[in-house]
Order: sequence, then C-alpha cells, then structure tokens
Amino acid sequence: MKSSQLATPCCGRCWHTATNPCSQLIECLNDGPLCHTDERCRDERAGRISLARRGGEGVLLFIGTGTCGLANGAARIIEKIRSFIAANGVNATIIEVGCVGYCQREVFMDFLSASSPRLSYCDITPENVNELLTEIFIKGNLKNRFLLGRWDVADGTHSDVTLLKDVPFFKRQKKVVLENCGYIDPSSLDTALAAGAFKAAAKALSTMTPSEVCETVLAAGLRGRGGAGFLTGQKWRVALDTVSAEKYIICNADEGDPGAFMDRAILEGDPFRVLEGMLIGAYAIGATKGYIYCRAEYPLALERLHGAIDQCRKAGLLGHNVLDSLFSFDVTIKQGAGAFVCGEETAILASIEGGRGMPRSRPPYPAVSGLHGKPTILNNVETLANVPVIVERGVEWFKGISMGPSTGTKVFALSGAIQNTGLVEVPIGIPLKEIIYDIGGGALPGHRIKAVQIGGPSGGCIPEEQMDVPVDYSSLLQLGAMMGSGGMVVMDETSCLVDVAKFFMEFIRNESCGKCAPCREGTIRMHEILSSLTEKPVGFEIQRLERFRGILHLEELAQTIKETSLCGLGQSAANPVLSTLRFFRKEYEAHILENRCPAGSCQGLKTFSVNAELCSGCNLCLKKCPSEAIIGERKQVHYIITDRCIGCGACADACPKKAIFELPSGLPGQDRNNENPGYLSL
Amino acid sequence: MITINDKQVEWISGETVLQAAKRAGIDIPHLCAFEGSPYPQASCRICLVEVESMPRLQTSCTLIARDGMAVRTHTPRIQRLRRHIVELLLASHPDDCCFCHRSRNCELAELASKLGVRERRYPGIKKTHPIDISSPSLVRDPNKCILCGRCVAVCHDIQAVGAIDFTGRGFETRIDPGFYPGLNVSGCIFCGQCLRLCPTGALTEKSHVEEVIKALADPKVMVVAQVAPAVPATLIEEAGTASIGDMLEVLSGTLRRIGFEAIFDTTFTADLTIMEEVSELINRVKSGGPLPMFTSCSPGWVRYVELYRPVLIPHVSTCKSPQQMMGALIKEFYPKQVETGGRRIYSVSIMPCTAKKYEARDLGDVDAVLTTRETVELLARFGIKLTPQGEKVPLDVPFAEGTGAGRIFGGTGGVMEAAIRTAHRLLTGKELPRGGKISEARGLGKLKVFSLNVGNTTLNFAVINGLGEVETLLDSLIQQTPPLHFVEVMTCPGGCAGGGGQPYSTDTALIKKRLSRMYEVDRKSQTRLSHENKQVQALYQSLLGRPLSDISHRLLHRSYTQRYFG
Repeated sequence: MKSSQLATPCCGRCWHTATNPCSQLIECLNDGPLCHTDERCRDERAGRISLARRGGEGVLLFIGTGTCGLANGAARIIEKIRSFIAANGVNATIIEVGCVGYCQREVFMDFLSASSPRLSYCDITPENVNELLTEIFIKGNLKNRFLLGRWDVADGTHSDVTLLKDVPFFKRQKKVVLENCGYIDPSSLDTALAAGAFKAAAKALSTMTPSEVCETVLAAGLRGRGGAGFLTGQKWRVALDTVSAEKYIICNADEGDPGAFMDRAILEGDPFRVLEGMLIGAYAIGATKGYIYCRAEYPLALERLHGAIDQCRKAGLLGHNVLDSLFSFDVTIKQGAGAFVCGEETAILASIEGGRGMPRSRPPYPAVSGLHGKPTILNNVETLANVPVIVERGVEWFKGISMGPSTGTKVFALSGAIQNTGLVEVPIGIPLKEIIYDIGGGALPGHRIKAVQIGGPSGGCIPEEQMDVPVDYSSLLQLGAMMGSGGMVVMDETSCLVDVAKFFMEFIRNESCGKCAPCREGTIRMHEILSSLTEKPVGFEIQRLERFRGILHLEELAQTIKETSLCGLGQSAANPVLSTLRFFRKEYEAHILENRCPAGSCQGLKTFSVNAELCSGCNLCLKKCPSEAIIGERKQVHYIITDRCIGCGACADACPKKAIFELPSGLPGQDRNNENPGYLSL
Repeated sequence: MITINDKQVEWISGETVLQAAKRAGIDIPHLCAFEGSPYPQASCRICLVEVESMPRLQTSCTLIARDGMAVRTHTPRIQRLRRHIVELLLASHPDDCCFCHRSRNCELAELASKLGVRERRYPGIKKTHPIDISSPSLVRDPNKCILCGRCVAVCHDIQAVGAIDFTGRGFETRIDPGFYPGLNVSGCIFCGQCLRLCPTGALTEKSHVEEVIKALADPKVMVVAQVAPAVPATLIEEAGTASIGDMLEVLSGTLRRIGFEAIFDTTFTADLTIMEEVSELINRVKSGGPLPMFTSCSPGWVRYVELYRPVLIPHVSTCKSPQQMMGALIKEFYPKQVETGGRRIYSVSIMPCTAKKYEARDLGDVDAVLTTRETVELLARFGIKLTPQGEKVPLDVPFAEGTGAGRIFGGTGGVMEAAIRTAHRLLTGKELPRGGKISEARGLGKLKVFSLNVGNTTLNFAVINGLGEVETLLDSLIQQTPPLHFVEVMTCPGGCAGGGGQPYSTDTALIKKRLSRMYEVDRKSQTRLSHENKQVQALYQSLLGRPLSDISHRLLHRSYTQRYFG
C-alpha cells in the first residue's frame, strides 16, 4: 500500500500525525504550511502537491483497469506495455486508474509527458497495443488513430486535439460524482487529495454543526440515488434528532440490478469520495461507526476500498478525533453474498447483524431504530459521493445543475443495442432522448430503437414514442418506470418485450427472499404465465385454455404483489410486466392470440416446416431433433410435428438440402396478416 | 380511541391494531402472527388493513395503534387481496388434504374457506422437497409449509434454540436445519413448540399410533399405559368432563375398551421423583456437591444441556424423568405383581410432549409414546370419542395414586413447589404452612427467583419457564450470590401444560386454564405432599428400601453424556 507523501511532515515544525491530528491538515496540504512560515517548506509542499496532481514523475501511462477495462484485456495490455518498455528502454511509469465511463471504447490509456498534456487513447486491445506504443514512443506520433482527446490541462502544444469533454459522448454529460473517475489513481490518497478530496469534510468538521450539514444537504435537494429517491437530508435529520449513544451510517454498495454498474465504477475509480461522503454523513448524524456493505462479486472495488480506508486511517482522516474535531469515525467493510434483496435497507441490517438477509417491516425506520436497534442511516454509494461537492461548492451550485424539479446529476449505466455504451452522468431532468441519441449515439446501424428499460427489475420499459420524457423521479414514475439505481438498457426491434418481462420476472422469482407470500408465490406464477406465452400452446384444448386464462391473471397478480408485498423489491417486482403491458400490449396479444413473436426472438414460438419437394429423406434432421418432433422413413419426405417442435432450428441447420424453413410466424394455417386483432382487450 | 370499521375501540398503549381488534371482537385473519410472538414478522401479508391517511396497506400485526387512527379491516379490496394471497399459497401447496393429518384442523384450509377461495387458478409447479423423518420426535414436510415463519420465530425468539431457519431463495425458500441434513443431527431439542404452532401439516410428531394399534392386537403382549399429569388437564377440553379426576377415570375406562390392560398415573412417579430428587438435593447441599442442582424432568432441557452446555452435566439431577421412572417400574417391578400369562409387557406413555419420544428411544423401558393429540387420534381409529358419559374405571395399583404435589408437575414451578414441600419436611420434620402453597413458584414469568428459610438454613431457588432466557440466565444463575441451590427448568413455556405434544393452538389462555385445573386438584386433594403418597411409601418398603438406595439408583437414576451436532 502506498503511504501518503502529502501528509508527511515538511519539517520538524509540522506535527500532524494520525494520533495527534491537526485541524488544518487538508488546507495545509494544498496551500501550506500554515503553522509556520518557511519558504523552503512552502516550496516543498507546492512541489509535492503539483507532483500529486500530475500523478507522478516522468512519463506516465494511465491504464483504465476498472472491471470493464479488465474485461477488455487491460491486464494483458499492461503486461505487453511492460515488456515493450523493457525491450525499448522507455522510461515510463504505469498507473492504474478507474473507468472514465466510455466502456464502449475500452481499454483506455492516457499518456502524459513533460512535453504533452494528458492525452487519452482508446480502443486498445492486447493485439494492437504494440502499434500504439510504437506510434508514441518510436515514431513520436502522438496524434495517431487511437487518440480520443486530451484532458483539460493543455500547454498550448496540443491545442488542436479535442478536449475530452467535447467528445460527443462526454459533451452532454455533467461530471460531478465521476469527475475524478479515470483521472486519479484510486489506490493513492495523495492523488485524491490533490484533486480536492476531503476539503469538504474538513470544512464540515471545522466550520459546520451537524445540524447545519443536515440542513445543507436537505436544502440542496439531494435525493437517494439508489432507487426510492427519498430526501437524504431529511433522513439525516431524523437520525440526528433521535437520541442515542450509538449511531451508524451504512453505505449501500450492494448493487444488484442487472445492467447497473455505477456504484462499482465509483468505488473502483474514486473510493475516497465515498469515504468522505460517509465521514460527512456520520458527522451530520453523530455516528461513530460506518459500514460499507459491498457485494463480494466486486473484488476490485473491495480491494480499492480496503486500500483507501487504510490510507485514510494512517493519514488521520478516519479513526479517533478526525482532523482534531473531537469527532471519531471509522469504517468497516462488510461483504454481501450477492443476494439481490440485500440491497434493501432492512435486509442489509439483518445481514450485517449476522442474520439472514431478509427485510423486515417498517416502521420503525432505520433512521430511528436500525442496526442493533440504534439509529442508522443507509445511503447508496452515489448518494454519498454527491455529499462532498454539496458541502464544498454549496447548495446553490448544486441546485444549478438541474433540468427539472430535482437537483444534481444522476449516473446511468447505458447498455444494450446502442452505439455508445458506458457510464453517463447527466443532470437530472435531461430528456431521455438526449441520453439515448446524443450521448449514446442512437441505434446500431440498420436498427431502430424500440424501448429503453430503466431501473432494472424494479423499473419499466419506456417506448420510443415517449423518449421526450425528462429523466426525473416523478416523470419516470408516471410512465410506470423508475429511476431505480440507474440501469438503462436500450432495446431495438429484435427484442421481444414479453421476453424482456419474462427475463426480469425470472430474476425476481429467483431473487425473492421468500419471506412474504405475495412476492414469493406470486412472482413464480407470473413467470410461469409469461413463460407459457413465449412457447407454443401444446396438448389438449384445456391446456390451451389455461395458457389463455393465464394472461387474464397477470394483471391481477401484478396488482396484488404491488399492493401487498413487504419490501420495496416486492412492491416493484411487477413493474416490468405492468409497463410492458401498458406500452406493448399488442406484442402480448400477438403471442397469445397468434402464437407469434413480432420481434422473432421467442424461440418457443418458432415453427419449422419441411419443403416436400426438396426433402431427400436423409434422416439427418430426425437425428438432430432434440424433442423427437420429426417423423419420416428413410428416403421418404419427413414431417415436423408442430406440437412437439421446440423451435430450436437444429433441423434447419442440419438439412443438407435446405429443405427445412421457418414459417414466417405463428402456426401453419393461421391468418398471419392481421396486424391488430383488436378483439381482445386484456 | 381508535376507529375500526366505524366502531370506536379502546386501545392499550403499545398494542397493535390486530390485538385491539381482537379484543373488540373483530377478527382480522392472519397466519404468521401468533400470541406471544415477540417480533411480528409481517410475512404472510394476510392481516393487511386500510388505514386512513396512509397510502399503503398496513399489516395490522405490526401497526401500533395510535389515537385517532381509522382502520378498515374488511373492505372489498382487502378481501380480494387476502383471498388472492391464500390462493397463491394454495397454488404451491400439495393437493393432498384428504391424506393430511391436519385435514380436520388446518388453519390454511380454514382460512381458504373463510376468505372464499373457490377456484384453482394457478396450475403451476409444486414444491418438491424431501420429507425429513430423521428425528425421533418430529416429522417435517417442507412441501406443506407455507413459510409463515411461526416455527422459526418460536425456535429462535421464544425457545432461543434456533435449530431451524429459512434457507434458499425465491420459490426454493424453505425452512430447515441449515447445514445439517436432518433434524436428528441438528441442534433441535425436539421440544415440539414449532409443531404446536404450525398452521398446516408441515410439522407433526413421529406417530406411534400404528405401533400401539399393532401391540393392542398382539396376543403375546400385555399393553399398559401411563398418563402424564398435564394430559387429563388438557383432555378435558376435548371430552368436556367435570374434573381431572373424572377425566382420568374416563380415559382409563376408554383405553381399556380398546385393549389396554392397566392404566397408571405418571403422577405417582412424579411423587417418586420428588423423593429421589429431594434426597439428592439434600445430599448435595450437605456435601457441597455441584450446586445449583437442575431438574431433569424435561427431556428437551436435558438434551439442551447435553448439546449446548455439557459443563452443566454435573449440575443436573441424576433422577430419571417421571416417564422413565414409571417405564422402569413397569418393566422391572410390575410383572412381579400381576399375572401376565407369560406375555411381554408393552409400555405406552401418554404425554403432552414430543421430546418424550426421543427420551423413551434414548433410554428404553417405554415402548411407545403417544402425545395428547395422538391419544385422541388413537381412540378415533377405534371409533371412540372421549365423553363425560364414558365408563369410569379407577387407575391400577400399584401406581394409581398421585398427590397434589405430583399433579402440579404438569405446570411451570410445579416440580419446585412439590420439592420444597418435601424438602421442608425432610429437613425440619414439619410441614409448610398453608398446605405448602408457594406462590413465588407459580405464574408464567420467564424467571422466578426466590429464597426460603428451611429450618435454620436459607435455600435459594429459581424457576425457568421456557428455554428462551436460559442462555442469558445460566451464567448469572450459576455465579449468583447468594448461590442458588435448586433450579427448575421447563423446556416449554408454561411447562408441560404448554408442551409440544398438546393440541395445536396459538392460544396461551388455554395453557393458563390447564394450569389452574391442576392447581385446583392440588388445592382439593387430601395429600399434597409427595412423601405422604401411600403407594410410594409401599414401593419403598417392598422394593426400593430408601431413596438413593442401590436399587433405586439402578432403576430410577441415569447418567448424561455430551452430544454433538452433525
């Protein structure tokens, strides 16, 4: 672990240690020394901070090794860079940084030398990294095909290179929480301090009362970024007003939504910001102990957090008497086993207490009676990461970043059938289409966007026609979606919305904690019904009727689960079904009434047929069929029994004569031209 | 005042809406909440009510009543939702009601009928968990479990054993002994509190009914029975007889009709236990032996010590429980008193307890143990119901007589009270005043600690009612000053009156009634002192000699061993 060079005393007169803290430490590091006047010390400090700001000495190579970078081969790229450096006698230091958010263009490498600003290169793979290095180090060609842009710091030599923030993907974004992600070295407290970390904490601890901190956060209008959107300041106020000898603050880093990875990126890219947010929050409510409940599936985030906590302790930013404020606070990491429900606040409490992660009924709310019965505040990673900037830059500044009734920014994880995937941070209230088309770059070539799924299993699907909606807590709710934690999955015309609803229902069915009856028993029935829709009806009339009846129960089931479930996860479990039913009812009707999947993605509804003129009776298809749906004697024309066919298409692939083809849709003999049946209103 | 369905209802501070409504005669259906549950789980979602000014429906089991609250309990919306939840519970429940031992008294079936479930709407998959028959006392069928969590709540929060819990997620969620493959190798102490509270057929005792029926028909065996002190106090609820005495005689007559040849009263060996246990206590007090001494009547407690607190083994009285003393006497002594015709004795005990099944298998002597519930079931197999008109036949000598002291064994504090009466006599030669009533030992408090001057020594006593507080109490009890001498522990809250073999019910008022019936017998009985039991005295003269004699050690005492999980 790196130890902080910044916090090391400049001379014998600087007396700060973790056990004997100085209240002016943070100011001193940036503009010090404050306690004595000595030009040498001043130069020494200025030199240290600028070195920390730069990231190190000499030629620096910053590699994006967040989980997304690693998945794209960042570890192998680093190996190749090392061997390149060794082979060519290049003097350069490799620094691992977090993700800048542009996951589509991973792996990123920034190059910083004495003669150039920090330049960002992307689309690097283990295969082409040598080409890039040759361009830079051998040919001296910095403006090669990998170059994406430069970070702010320009010395005039490369002013023709686009600023990173002017790159289309970043242009409409407003980086607040993510401002240091991908820039600072997340394993080094110094680079974080140089980027302004803990200034807000120092300000809060030395100049504000806990009540003032609560008021500030409340006035800024910060709402929980984890899903429900409760006013953070209000929660803190309740905990502050509850009298108790012990209080706790818990950072909820149990990010479990499919398609959401904001919290992971923040923890991997800038763990100090989260710790600072916790420190301020703890001070605001009077908590002396904090927990970070992070899923064990985030090994890198955990590693960076551990490192960050250790460094903060050594620098006296965590522990006893933080910054000589007489306020003590320490943080423990608790690893979650990956149960989705453990993102629910009362389930986290149970899990930290050592019990089974199951929610309990509220009230009492955790802010009144939480962990071990003591007042406890639970905030999501992103919420806490917002706190330092609010305290440091002020309420008005924060409120200024708004495009609607809510303030601040929200990070979304953009994925799916879209040009640019990645993490985007935008002002709350930005129209959805700006995210999708301006930042995301719109649909993949040759496709058109059909819907956007927002909010994961608790959210809903917003159709193309509604893309004007501002991305805001209330307007999303009106459309049956929710901000949720920030997953944003884009779907084009090849996605079947019934299938999407089935996917999320399967997820909820498997992840329901099993405590309350409606969620446990209801979701499995909803999933069964949705599954039956994506398969051909088989068997006798009665079974066909059951499939038809099932859909009649879907909405009632959804309503019951929504109204009666114990926790937020159950209450929102039916949202994917309700919202797809609301906007894509015709797709459901096509599945039920015509046994047809308009998107062509439901395998179970596909039907194959044999062209009798081409079939040579070779028996190959019969052998390949996994469901014994094909009959036919050798040298005779074969037939497919529709009821048995599971639509896998193995026969069509196997046929040497190309005699097997997929029927355009539905069952043979049915009227497939009727686009809008209109005779059933579900 | 709160308003429930436009009716003004008084509420007591801290009371939930469910409790207030119950007192007001408004029945809000519910499954997971039960009387005495310390933390309502709010998991069944059936007790939901509409509350004015609250947007969401609230579970009345967790909703604390507040002045001016306006609640509606049976609106069409709520009725529809409740019915739907029960429909969903039934959708994964096995369709085998006719084969289920709870077919006549299933809370789930009752609820379904009450809420108007009339249609099977979800023909989906069912649960397919293996049935756990590993325990000598209990059988668990997770497929019938509706996961209301009562058993988990009672096991953790009331009994503080925590042998079972929820495992798995989603539809695969089930209740089981966690890392152990079966209850027999888990931390379960077989107290059966879980099954007494189970609303469905998911939990039941390991039935001995068939074995008893087979034995009754076997010409080579002679079937005799013993009846525990709390059993007649409970069967009155079933039979409607006037008193415990009547009940015993009716039971004796009825059992004879189906082939039992002798019926004994376990109250007799309760008195015998007192003779042995008190002598042991006095020995320990005099010789400074391991004190405090704990009672050993409750097999759940004994298993608890062997599993969780083996260091306490020297502190537990070496006396067998009354069931096992009777079992030993029936096998060793009784055949010499009667003409058996060369037949083997088959000894059946009728107990309010499931752990007794385990104890009988562990120690032998008793061939079959019937719970109070199974006794009724056994008679029903023969087409017989217990009624006040049933033929009354006195119990059989030499084990027919029980004193008032022996009778109150069936409730918490009873052993203590009986023991103190005899100890006082043995140490001072005098009787306690007021017939030996010791109010400090009575009542349903979880811990009762008191001192008594016996002769010129002060003895300190404690009564633990239910295992819930045992963990927190044990250490302090052992180290307490003044040091304790004698501690009674009853595994089940209320003692045997609330035992795991008693009728399925969540109603604690029933337990109180059973206790008062036993105390009434004690109050009215002519002999309220175990040492005055004539038949016990006769037994000492003819067989045992004196308490703690060699032969009584062989027949009436036992040893303990540390046991392990897994």
